[in-house]
Amino acid sequence: MAMPKDHELHKRRLSMNVGVGLTLVAFAALMFGITVVKISNGSLLEAADHKPRASALPITEPRP
Amino acid sequence: MSDITAIDRPYDARFGDYVQLLKPRVMSLVVFTAMVGLLVAPVPMHPFLGFAAILFIALGAGASGALNMWWDADIDAVMKRTAKRPVPDGRVRADEALAVGVALSGLAVVMLGLTTNWFAAGFLAFTIFFYAVVYTMWLKRSTPQNIVIGGAAGAFPPMIGWAAATGGVSVEAWLMFALIFLWTPPHFWALALFMKEDYHKAGVPMLTVTHGRRATRVHILAYTVVLALFAIGASFTALGGPVYIAAALVLNAIFLIGAVRIWRRDEATAEADGYAAEKKFFRFSLLYLFLHFGALLVDATLLRAGLF
Repeated sequence: MAMPKDHELHKRRLSMNVGVGLTLVAFAALMFGITVVKISNGSLLEAADHKPRASALPITEPRP
Repeated sequence: MSDITAIDRPYDARFGDYVQLLKPRVMSLVVFTAMVGLLVAPVPMHPFLGFAAILFIALGAGASGALNMWWDADIDAVMKRTAKRPVPDGRVRADEALAVGVALSGLAVVMLGLTTNWFAAGFLAFTIFFYAVVYTMWLKRSTPQNIVIGGAAGAFPPMIGWAAATGGVSVEAWLMFALIFLWTPPHFWALALFMKEDYHKAGVPMLTVTHGRRATRVHILAYTVVLALFAIGASFTALGGPVYIAAALVLNAIFLIGAVRIWRRDEATAEADGYAAEKKFFRFSLLYLFLHFGALLVDATLLRAGLF
């Protein structure tokens, strides 16, 4: 028996699929919002750029 | 051979069944008390981060609810009040409840840490551990003081909210803890007085089963007296404002009268009017907690608006 486009199974699981989908979208939106707020508040903006950075190097100056 | 045959299962879990695993009604209380803890704290927080923090605290609480339903499926099935929960009702398998609980616990703790600070996240992790392991697995079935211990788990959310905003805890946070901690036993023992068959059948050592109903009535009164002392005492700390003081005086007077009434009744009288006083006390206890935290919120808002 070929599976029809709208098998009864699809209907049965619709609530689950829609629910999980919406939850994931909401979670992504939440993450995005948190990121925007944190960055506009001036939190750490540095990412790895494969080059030595001043802030990543040990302090080497001699003590005065 | 390209045919697919769907294997029929009697029931496919719906999304709402998994939502029910998180105990949405308990969660709404957690959302409210955590929000008050966060807003009453003297350190202002970005509204969106505050919103996210409350969401993750609630998610952690929900996760511990799922763990509770995984472990307690056997006794939930016996009790009328809980028999329709998704696991005993057969809509969600017990191991699925465990998976949901563990996954959401980890997610909630990590996200709360990233959003606010790791002290608050650690506190949330401890609360989940406390509710799921110390209360559900260990003490619920072994001591009649189970309700007192479980109350501690329910009392942590306003402290986590406070910790999310300030990065620590203080006297005010502990007072909010005390308010819920001392409120839980009279609230649940009043319930146990009129839902008596349930706990007995399930073999949960409720105070009503182990020490009798007279002792339970005495305990309700004793806890209510201590609760009233703490609730009114909080008025004299930085937590209390004029609205809180007024609310605490009125609410505690009503609550004490209710507790005395329960204490003075015996089983014959209670049986005669269908546990009317106990049911009234139980219903009022919900309002009692809601209005105390509502008053704290009103005072904090007025203070921030510079009205006193």
